[in-house]
Amino acid sequence: MFAFTNWSAFSKTIDFNGLDNFRDLFQSGTLTRDLRTTFIYAVLVAIFQNTFGLILAVFLEEDTRLNRFARVMFFIPVIMSALAVGYIWQAVLKTDGALNSLLSLISGANVQIAWLGSPVWTLVLVAAIHGWKWMGLSMLIFLAGLKTIDPDVLEAASIDGANRRQIFWKIKFPLLAPAFTFNVATALLGSMNGFDIVQATTAGGPGGSTEILNIFVWRTFGKGLYSQSTTMSLVLFVMVTAVALPLIWFLRRREAKTL
Amino acid sequence: MSSATYGAAPKVNDSVAVNKMSKTHVIVHAILVVVVMLLLLGIPFWLLIVTAGKSQAEAINPNMSLPSHWQLLENFRTVITDGKMVSAFFGSVLVTVPSVFLALLFGSMAAWVLARRTTKPMAIVYALSISGLILPPAVVTVMMLLKMTGLSGTIPGMIGVYVGIYLSTVIFFVTGFIRTIPVSLEEAARIDGAGPARIFFTIVLPLLLPTLSTATILVTLYIWNDVFYSLFILSGKVNLLPLNLYNVASAGLYLNNWHLIFAYIILMSLPLLIVFAFAQRKIISGITGGAVK
Repeated sequence: MFAFTNWSAFSKTIDFNGLDNFRDLFQSGTLTRDLRTTFIYAVLVAIFQNTFGLILAVFLEEDTRLNRFARVMFFIPVIMSALAVGYIWQAVLKTDGALNSLLSLISGANVQIAWLGSPVWTLVLVAAIHGWKWMGLSMLIFLAGLKTIDPDVLEAASIDGANRRQIFWKIKFPLLAPAFTFNVATALLGSMNGFDIVQATTAGGPGGSTEILNIFVWRTFGKGLYSQSTTMSLVLFVMVTAVALPLIWFLRRREAKTL
Repeated sequence: MSSATYGAAPKVNDSVAVNKMSKTHVIVHAILVVVVMLLLLGIPFWLLIVTAGKSQAEAINPNMSLPSHWQLLENFRTVITDGKMVSAFFGSVLVTVPSVFLALLFGSMAAWVLARRTTKPMAIVYALSISGLILPPAVVTVMMLLKMTGLSGTIPGMIGVYVGIYLSTVIFFVTGFIRTIPVSLEEAARIDGAGPARIFFTIVLPLLLPTLSTATILVTLYIWNDVFYSLFILSGKVNLLPLNLYNVASAGLYLNNWHLIFAYIILMSLPLLIVFAFAQRKIISGITGGAVK
């Protein structure tokens, strides 16, 4: 079954392509640029998603009614379509969109910031949106991690005079390691294969600065350049494999430890 | 993690925390929670609802103000007919339900075998199976393959692709769990004369329900909301909800028609939101229970 989706198809691409496509893409600079963009995007998403998720988890750790309600609300973006999330944020961040009009209202001046117009910061913003969509899931997994911490350990620490900050950084944070592995891995892999959010907010712009590999695959595919599109998909495959193999090893080792 | 510590932990955790928290602290915390929710969730969702209720002229520059008169229902009606939402909804259901079902069934069957046989070749097969968790499918080549077999642009083709993609997720989730089930249960059944199929369906499968629920939730979310693979494979021949949203939003006709895009988003999110509203406790505990083993 797995062979059907990947391996046989994979070997076929080599037969079809030759190395010309690679050379073309490499020489035009698209390949290196898109690779770099994808990689930066994935790292940023992993950072955003886990920082947001961890802050929320610590913030909503206690089981009060309000916190429980907030957890449910923060999970709503997770179940929404990524495409929809992208469009909503595009409307918020447009130059004449909601955020600027809100800022104008507060400051009294006419704010005209092109949030999605900067070649440098747009990528960061889009990664933050991706993080926003998935932070609810990270939050839940961190919460589950926090719940598995043995309360005796926490009690011992507080008897020994540790303050809340010390308890968090010295005890809870290290014990969250398994939840971290899971979250970082899923965030990295999800964003490397990302498409919808970027397509909906910027479609790769401005000037190709947010063009991650899957956007390129779709764009060239739309133009009928199947071979280029395939080449890029292959590059993505190789890149993810390079990141994934150590990760698989890591996940498997963890699994062996818990058994 | 044993179930005993899991059940007891929150209680004691609470009492430790309560001892340290003063009453003002609790109130400040509650206010902060509300503020954070308003900032992070309130703004986008408010914008979504308000804009979906506006007329075209008002919605060209989406902002937070209330519409001069609500025409949410008219907008809904427009997108339902123009966006072919009814057939898209059934298309999505027809693709998602069999895909999830087959991925879970085959995935747990494979996982059972992979977990019980501990020979070296099996370990390799397992590593290969879960590597699909991480490796991206080569979309274009898959599409060409489907074209050759005449399956591209059809619902069965799409189902096949999704099952292939998410099988590894299911195998990964389930294998670890099966290893924690004592083999003696199955041996007892085998001695009583049950065949492998009977053992699987009457003994193993019911025990798998907690993990399978986690896997169901995640895989359903992925498939229901996916656009990337369906864009390639269906190429506009079948209506799916996210696909039609993409078409509605990128068609020149609808450019800047935020009120329609947002009306579509609200309607499209409703089915999963309704399911979530009814089963949120189960879903949340399902995810947290299955992910951190």
